[in-house]
Amino acid sequence: MSSTPSITHGGALEAPSRRRLPWRSVVNKLLGAIVVLWAAATLCFFLQELSPGDPAIAVLGGSGARPTQQQLDEVNEQYGFNDPILQRYGEFIGDVARGDLGTSYQYKQPVTTVISEQIGPTLVLIAVSTALAWLIALAGTLSTAGRGRFRSSVGSGFEAFFAGLPQYWLGLVLLVIFSFELGWFPVTGGTSPDALFLPALTLALPLAGFLGQVTRDEFERGLKQPFAISARTRGASESEVRQRHVLRHALLPGITLTGWAIGATISGAVLVEVIFARPGLGQVLVNAVSNQDLPVVVGITILVALIYVVVNLLVDLLYVIVDPRLRTSAKAA
Amino acid sequence: MSSAADVLTPVPFPGGGPAAPAGGRVFTRIRGIRPAVALAVIYLAVIAVAAIAPSLLTSQDPLQVNLADSLQSPSVEYPFGTDQSGRSVYTRVIYGARESVLIGIGATAVGLGLAALLGVAAGLGGKVVDGAVNRLLEVLFSFPGLLLALFLVAIFGSGVSTQIIAVGIASAPGYARMIRGQVLQVKGADYVIASKALGHPPSRTLFKNILPNAFRPLVVLATLGVGQSIVWASALSFLGLGVAPPAPEWGAMLDAGRDYIQTAWWLTVFPGAAIVAFTLAATCIGRYLQRRIEGETY
Repeated sequence: MSSTPSITHGGALEAPSRRRLPWRSVVNKLLGAIVVLWAAATLCFFLQELSPGDPAIAVLGGSGARPTQQQLDEVNEQYGFNDPILQRYGEFIGDVARGDLGTSYQYKQPVTTVISEQIGPTLVLIAVSTALAWLIALAGTLSTAGRGRFRSSVGSGFEAFFAGLPQYWLGLVLLVIFSFELGWFPVTGGTSPDALFLPALTLALPLAGFLGQVTRDEFERGLKQPFAISARTRGASESEVRQRHVLRHALLPGITLTGWAIGATISGAVLVEVIFARPGLGQVLVNAVSNQDLPVVVGITILVALIYVVVNLLVDLLYVIVDPRLRTSAKAA
Repeated sequence: MSSAADVLTPVPFPGGGPAAPAGGRVFTRIRGIRPAVALAVIYLAVIAVAAIAPSLLTSQDPLQVNLADSLQSPSVEYPFGTDQSGRSVYTRVIYGARESVLIGIGATAVGLGLAALLGVAAGLGGKVVDGAVNRLLEVLFSFPGLLLALFLVAIFGSGVSTQIIAVGIASAPGYARMIRGQVLQVKGADYVIASKALGHPPSRTLFKNILPNAFRPLVVLATLGVGQSIVWASALSFLGLGVAPPAPEWGAMLDAGRDYIQTAWWLTVFPGAAIVAFTLAATCIGRYLQRRIEGETY
């Protein structure tokens, strides 16, 4: 992990090391990501094998449908449920590697089709709420951090409170207040921009609280760092110090945590979509879980693992852009 | 909820990663920390009474249908209002404490137990085991907590026991990584080296020195974890994949109240508030314990 800068706070005065862009570590990371994805798919496959239910019954509409033995035999034949497990595993991994996630038991359609039809609104929701969360966290940090004890504690109190709110409850409360009582936003459904606001806010507030806590701490520490002091002695105004020097320093941990948080954000999106009856992967997933439509569940799980891995690769790259120490060394190379 | 409800803890941000570097410091700058801890203890004590002897706090029956009083807004007789069947929401929240808290504790126990096995194995098992466990954790981190729990529910079917196991397994990777770090740190501590140098048998060093010290922070993890587990478990109930109505469990009550949200906000707001207050209280106490254990003075 030589490309990842340490987030320790003593490093600010060290001269940037003049090294080449760390290609080797980029390649290693890519390989590592592929291994993680392969392992994730493998784990999914074998976990799914533990299911006590008969997949053929799930295909035929659940035990309530009372399928005949002949129907079961046909389905077992068609889906290859009777093949030896290693053969099925080999086929599964081969399919996943080619981007084929199998066929949904419920919809009798390729899982990739089911996912791609529904993923758009979910991605929009996640992107908008992550951006919104950063906006709120930054506004909170800039307006309260290091501006006296009272402001600071009000800011951090709010952050701690929001960070602790479960989305499913926050969403319901926002819905009651802003849709039912005040009537400012549509109640449910749809993907129009004004139907996006409340879901995005529901997802953004806890994330903002979390990011704000981390950013504020780093920001307040940064204000006392040698680089901030030296900027002041060079005559930089306080707002310049805060925005140009300290803020950039304070963004780093939050960026890493956004990468880690992407999983939680996706989980949250599932809940939020259910609350606001917003179309998207969340609805599909919950529906698939209750109907034991395992290919869809496995497909979405693998997709989320892929998103997680890709986002965290991107976070590593973002570091180079945001951290002036790394940027100098990259330019010098 | 991961949630980013999942977000509170300095511990397992579900889906991943080490502790939030700074999260644990938030309350410490607030001067009024003592009243906050006191409030948290009082709230948890009330919940404990509700879980053990709910009839002390309410004289009504949580399942008693009384259609004449359905969907009443909060009043003196029904502090939290009534639901569509005229059952008192306050009574149901009180009676719901037992199931909600037991599920939270159960899930935390499952998660910490698994994590302790993995973490200690990785910390003490040498390079190969450590590498294997680390890889496994890395893979598990790419499944966000709630999704892993949903996956397990899809496989084993919904219900209370799946709920406990699923939430437990989903929260284990975060704990495991912390325990591993703790074991590694303790393993290199002077007192462990001293114990070895004194010629104590490895088992004695392990049980007298390494494990007690490595597990000490578990008190904090467990406190924070119960709050978190309740949030996740309620999320499953909320999605209709956990405790089934009409049992009074907080998440299930939220789910049931959703149908009436337009007309009866109290059906969702109060059970949800019980969950939120519980997590906040658990976090507050967890962080207080953390500071005590770390011996920091403020």
